[in-house]
Amino acid sequence: MREELELAQSSQATDGLMSIPALMRRNAERFAGKAAYREKEFGIWQCWTWSEAREEIETLALGLLTLGIKEGDFVAIIGRNRPYLYWSMVAAQMVGAVPVPVYKDSAAEEMAYVLAHCGARFVIAEDQEQVDKVIDVQDQLPNFEHMVYLDPRGLRKYDHTALHQFQKLQTEGRAQRLAHEAELEARTGRLTYDSTCVMLYTSGTTGKPKGVVLSNRNVIQTSKNSVDFDSLRADENILAYLPMAWVGDFIFSVGQAMWCGFCVNCPESEDTMVTDLREIGPTYFFAPPAVFESQLTNVMIRMEDAGRFKQWLFRKYMAHAKKVGGKILDGHSVGPLDRLNYALGNLFIYGPLKDTLGLGRVRVGYTAGEAIGPELFEFYRSLGINLKQLYGQTEATVFITLQPNGEVRADTVGVPAPEVEIKIEDSGEIFYRSPGVFVEYLNNPESTASTKDAENWVATGDAGFFEEGSGHLRIIDRIKDVGKLADGRMFAPKFVENKLKFYPDILEAVVFGNGRDRCVAFINIDLKAVGNWAERNNIAYASYQELAGHPRVLETIQGHVEEVNRSVAEDPMLSGCQIHRFLVLHKELDADDGEMTRTKKVRRVVVADKFKDLVDALYDGSKTVSTTTEVTYEDGRKGSISATLELRDVAVLPTLSQQVAAE
Amino acid sequence: MNQITPDSYVTADGRTIGGTVMEMKNITLRFGGVVAIKDISFDIRQGEIRAIIGPNGAGKSSMLNVISGFYNPQEGDVFYKGQKRPPMRPYQVARLGIARTFQNIALFEGMSVLDNVMTGRLHHMKAGLFSQALWKGRAEREEVENREAVEKIIDFLEIQSIRKTPVGRLPYGLKKRVELARALAAEPSILLLDEPMAGMNVEEKEDMSRFILDVNDEFGTTIALIEHDMGVVMDLSDRVVVMDYGKKIGDGTPDEVRNNQDVIDAYLGVAHD
Repeated sequence: MREELELAQSSQATDGLMSIPALMRRNAERFAGKAAYREKEFGIWQCWTWSEAREEIETLALGLLTLGIKEGDFVAIIGRNRPYLYWSMVAAQMVGAVPVPVYKDSAAEEMAYVLAHCGARFVIAEDQEQVDKVIDVQDQLPNFEHMVYLDPRGLRKYDHTALHQFQKLQTEGRAQRLAHEAELEARTGRLTYDSTCVMLYTSGTTGKPKGVVLSNRNVIQTSKNSVDFDSLRADENILAYLPMAWVGDFIFSVGQAMWCGFCVNCPESEDTMVTDLREIGPTYFFAPPAVFESQLTNVMIRMEDAGRFKQWLFRKYMAHAKKVGGKILDGHSVGPLDRLNYALGNLFIYGPLKDTLGLGRVRVGYTAGEAIGPELFEFYRSLGINLKQLYGQTEATVFITLQPNGEVRADTVGVPAPEVEIKIEDSGEIFYRSPGVFVEYLNNPESTASTKDAENWVATGDAGFFEEGSGHLRIIDRIKDVGKLADGRMFAPKFVENKLKFYPDILEAVVFGNGRDRCVAFINIDLKAVGNWAERNNIAYASYQELAGHPRVLETIQGHVEEVNRSVAEDPMLSGCQIHRFLVLHKELDADDGEMTRTKKVRRVVVADKFKDLVDALYDGSKTVSTTTEVTYEDGRKGSISATLELRDVAVLPTLSQQVAAE
Repeated sequence: MNQITPDSYVTADGRTIGGTVMEMKNITLRFGGVVAIKDISFDIRQGEIRAIIGPNGAGKSSMLNVISGFYNPQEGDVFYKGQKRPPMRPYQVARLGIARTFQNIALFEGMSVLDNVMTGRLHHMKAGLFSQALWKGRAEREEVENREAVEKIIDFLEIQSIRKTPVGRLPYGLKKRVELARALAAEPSILLLDEPMAGMNVEEKEDMSRFILDVNDEFGTTIALIEHDMGVVMDLSDRVVVMDYGKKIGDGTPDEVRNNQDVIDAYLGVAHD
């Protein structure tokens, strides 16, 4: 009975708006003259209202009909965040086709795989670069028929039998409105909650990318729920700068934007993101930890160049913010004097700093994707920026857990999002069930079945647990990476690696130890941070390799590792993961060498295999090791570098089990 | 006027090359007793990319300076659009629609990229001192129009992210691009590039080549360039003039020039008599 009621409520709650095009039309009526999209072009923010956006989208949809697009066709969309490409997605939905945003920096071969896998008949590409890539691989794409491009530069002389300019196609659509309008209305009218809304390819740390099919129900329900959770409104502004092919961007810039009717702002180019962020001053903002980290680094580097008085003032007030800023944000009680002091700081330091960062107006900010360092997280929160964490994946249409206002911490990912059920299996793996659970992996019933069971429970592949007391979820690691040390204690490399990566000097860390008696680690230094440090300390270096092998760098890193060991030793479950020996790698782990994915996640197995000699050396106790490594340059040529690396022993604290044994 | 204008033709990559727009006839340029250019004649056709190459000291830059009006040759004439060009000051030449970049970058280091490129619009600003000072009517309208034109070029050369950056803070490769932007801002019909790729790494060279081709393709600008990198020259240009010791030793398509014995000698080094 109650379930029925809830169901009835939920369909009422969405007002029978069963598709993105339906939401778009509602917005065009309700918010006709309000800004829907902005893009900075030619140095000025160009703006489209919701009714203008509707006109753009509908003429494009009509244009696609003139090209003979069919219901169920796949339309690949390749390019950086631009209003035109967001409209393309909605236009594709209007004609009953499925938009498939593709990572624009994928190589031609990766693109060929994705386009061939879904059998895309249409491609909408941003510019010549993308058009060229598709033309290069079109022999491998039997279904490919038409390509629409946005920027005509360099494309004038191309063969235009299968190539169409975006605006010209719209003009064509407008001219043939009468002939196709009825068809367009019919197709848009046929869209239901079960129609496919979008298909997104997962990046895949292992194997080929998988096409995740999301229905209108998935997208609209999750958008609605997450909007309610954070009380987002029609007057929000967001900056759309994360890859369009990523589920997060689709939910923020399409799902939630359409549901609320808020404004999506597109930067002028990738390099101008920081300036554009400042100009727009978004109220709702998402960024992976790396973005926050680089912003903080910039602030700190610039502060070092400031005068003595300013530095003193900055330090004094940042210390105060650290003390009370987070508490004030969470609504805890703070003494009147501290409050006054914070208000002063806000006037002179925090406010201007937030404005410079472009975060002055942020009401709700999220970070996800990777663990965020507590220091970094605290820095932003102490300034009064409501930065929170969420945990999600493509298969869940993003949201699995969210941090409610006032319950924000660096080491948890929050409570289950509205309408999301979570259970933790004995193995420690997290399962969830929600209205956002994906329909299927395209053309891949086996993977679908192994990920999602008959009752719609989805395996996340992550291990975690609910913290007692707060009821917040904590993620330990990928379940396949969690193992056991030789003596049976739990081994969770990511847990330790994250602690290491929180140091600005350390860019990447890979910890080994599964099935062994102790843990060892590879470290990648961060060239920017360490290089800066070297400059200030008059340490000359000619290359990454030389800097990575510098005794003083090793000294510093050793200090970090020992500190991490102390912190790891405090965790009763994972104290066995302390690092006994480490080395600093002579090269940066790189996606071109296959050591990382394109989304910068370490491919553990590849690294372990490629640097087997180094792992062995860490375990056999030798003091140095010589090695030669093959590297791939950006243009595909190969070379090799050789190096002699120093292996260092690290102090380890006695662990719980050893203590027990000793007693 | 006895000039023969050759028929226009279409290149393999689909560009239309028109008749002669500029012709150098028997140019000789001396500095005191030194003969920098000795009796050189060649032409530049509408819409083509014309390269001038040669070893160090061959007189390439001098030749470009003659075209841009910086030097007036002692002998010989320059014809522009069929008209004999009288000796001119460089700014007069610029008004004819000939813009240039310099071998060793000549930008205003303390000014932003935007302001630097705006200076390229000088000839498109007609408002007088008084109206400029009051910032009313024509002056304001012109500024807006010119800014629009400049923004299109900034977009074209993909330098949006450094729009407000002082030029002095930019790396070399970007400065070169800003210089190109300033030259383009003048909306020239002929663009002279003095070693646009000198001192660049491979990637920067590729970018610059792309931009040069795009400028030629998109705006139909005729381009005359001096370049040392033979690979680049052969890929980019429609026709090449080869100079050595102030004399012209070759002229033709890249393939013709590559197989010219005099050119091979000049580059490999053969004793001069």
